[in-house]
Amino acid sequence: MTVSTTAPAHILIVGGGGTGGALAHDLTLRGLKVTLVERGEVTSGTTGRHHGLLHSGARYAVGDQESAVECIEENMILRHICPGSFEENDGLFVAIDDEDMEYLEPFLKGCAESGIPTQQLSPSEALALEPNLNPDLKAAVRIPDGTMDAMRMPLRFFATAKHNGASIHPYIEVQDLIVHDRVVSGVVVRDHVTGKEGEIRADIVVNATGPWSERIAGMAGVDVPIRPSPGVLLALRGRMCNMVLNRLHKSGDGDIIVPQRGLSVVGTSSWTVEDPDDLGVPEDHVERMYQEGAKLIPAVKRAEFRAAWSAARPLIGSRGEADTGRELSRTFKTFDHKESDGIEGFVTITGGKGTTLRGMAELCANVICGKLGIEAECRTRETVLLPHTAYYAAA
Amino acid sequence: MQTATDQRPAEATETRRFHVFRYKRGDKASRFDTFDVPLPSRMTLLDALKWIQLHRDPSLMLRHSCYHASCGTCGVRVNGREVLMCVTDVHDLGLDITVEPIANVPVLADLVVDMEEFYARFPDEYPYVRSSEFNPEASAPDGIPAYIRYEDCIECGLCLSACPIAATTDRYVGPAALAAAQRMLEEPRGADTAELLDWADEPDGVWRCHAAFECSEACPSNVNPAARIMALRGVLVGGAFVTPDRMEEAR
Repeated sequence: MTVSTTAPAHILIVGGGGTGGALAHDLTLRGLKVTLVERGEVTSGTTGRHHGLLHSGARYAVGDQESAVECIEENMILRHICPGSFEENDGLFVAIDDEDMEYLEPFLKGCAESGIPTQQLSPSEALALEPNLNPDLKAAVRIPDGTMDAMRMPLRFFATAKHNGASIHPYIEVQDLIVHDRVVSGVVVRDHVTGKEGEIRADIVVNATGPWSERIAGMAGVDVPIRPSPGVLLALRGRMCNMVLNRLHKSGDGDIIVPQRGLSVVGTSSWTVEDPDDLGVPEDHVERMYQEGAKLIPAVKRAEFRAAWSAARPLIGSRGEADTGRELSRTFKTFDHKESDGIEGFVTITGGKGTTLRGMAELCANVICGKLGIEAECRTRETVLLPHTAYYAAA
Repeated sequence: MQTATDQRPAEATETRRFHVFRYKRGDKASRFDTFDVPLPSRMTLLDALKWIQLHRDPSLMLRHSCYHASCGTCGVRVNGREVLMCVTDVHDLGLDITVEPIANVPVLADLVVDMEEFYARFPDEYPYVRSSEFNPEASAPDGIPAYIRYEDCIECGLCLSACPIAATTDRYVGPAALAAAQRMLEEPRGADTAELLDWADEPDGVWRCHAAFECSEACPSNVNPAARIMALRGVLVGGAFVTPDRMEEAR
């Protein structure tokens, strides 16, 4: 493709979740002109609703090591570039029954292979750290999980991008893509602040809309294999632990408790939907969060309800491949639609997790720079981000 | 495979009538639009407004993110009281429900406010994590100096919206900022406490509060800003009597 040699290329990012924010930051540091549009407030889709777990990767160490390695690498980078943004209290994987104990060895092996540090604890050592734990626990393993604020950590990427010159526009909704001769050259938008329609032209349009990826890609007539896979989360009043507590077994329902401020958040479940705007909160899933959460911390059973909600993961997998979404990898992928569909000027970045937002952005920015023939180093591994409050300050 | 037993609005027979504040930039005046919303067994105010957005009017602007009173973005006034939409049960609100943006912060459009002025009130570099007070008898693991947790304040602006003094002057820094300053004094973590006290010790700082306690009533996150403002006054008054240089200043 041909790009002006005098002005930097203009990249338009559709979607103001963690991925879009991290990509805006990365591309801005690489010297590109960046505009980001989001139909609501930034982080109002999946990003803000996630569990608030800074993953160590241990969750995926058996069975999805690609995701496990991504998580531990990004976990360490985020601690460096977002100082003060995490409750850095580590996490425990806790074995409750004999079946859990059978998982212990493959778990430790998987963590070692993925580069995740572990420390085995006896039941009494674990109870000394977390007195509310199920007293019948059989073993525990400490790993470097942490708590993140699902909104404010990503907000630091938006803040830094904005102050480095990116244009971030919440409340602008993409109505259509402008496509001529198999080239995407911009978007038609509605500005919800003014109620007016308009167009934004760009050299490359990036679809960073997570579980909405299929809808945006469809505007260019292309398919992306994304399955919106929601999970239910339950927030209870009272901080019942200081570390992140995970059940030591194959990923299941209600087997993680993340402390956050004065709340304990139990999650999650998994099913698949067609429309990411219409998730619902299935009552039986809420009940399951109480039941399963109580196996880790018995006090969950009588804790006071604060909120229950659903968040849709954007998992990579075609229809028919999975029933519940549990079978799908948590890794991420960039689709250059020139390669996959013969459509120029259009890229989709999706999959992944809150913890891997920076890595997803790096991968996608590499693809974009490659398309533009630009050589620019990724600088997001070392660049310490502005505080989240800077997002709301004029640039 | 799991099954998802839906509680969708389509199955509900009861409805609630919502009167929603509307304003787009360039409009001559604001107005209220009315929507009837079917009421399922579980429905928060945020669910109801999202239902309106999805099924009645996609141009309705809302702020929301976390859905569990942790991000602080979905503050509104409902029937005149400050709430977070995500933890407000529609069943508790009566048959006619009026929803407006929070007060004392400029409206961007519809229910969305511009938070720039809210954040501009805060002291610089105010804290974000604090020592965890939970289970002080629990020992922190090796490599972690102490358990930490996030500050309670979720920066929602409900306290400022509810404050009767903030309604009379935009110079008053307001309850959220003063509470943040008091928290820094309580747990300084290297902050310059003398500078903070000077910042608070202004006519439009800690002394503007008239102790209506509406802020503490509105706070959804146990910050209790009113008590913190009173505590700041205590420190400042105590300081005026015991510190010689303050005595000198007072003369």
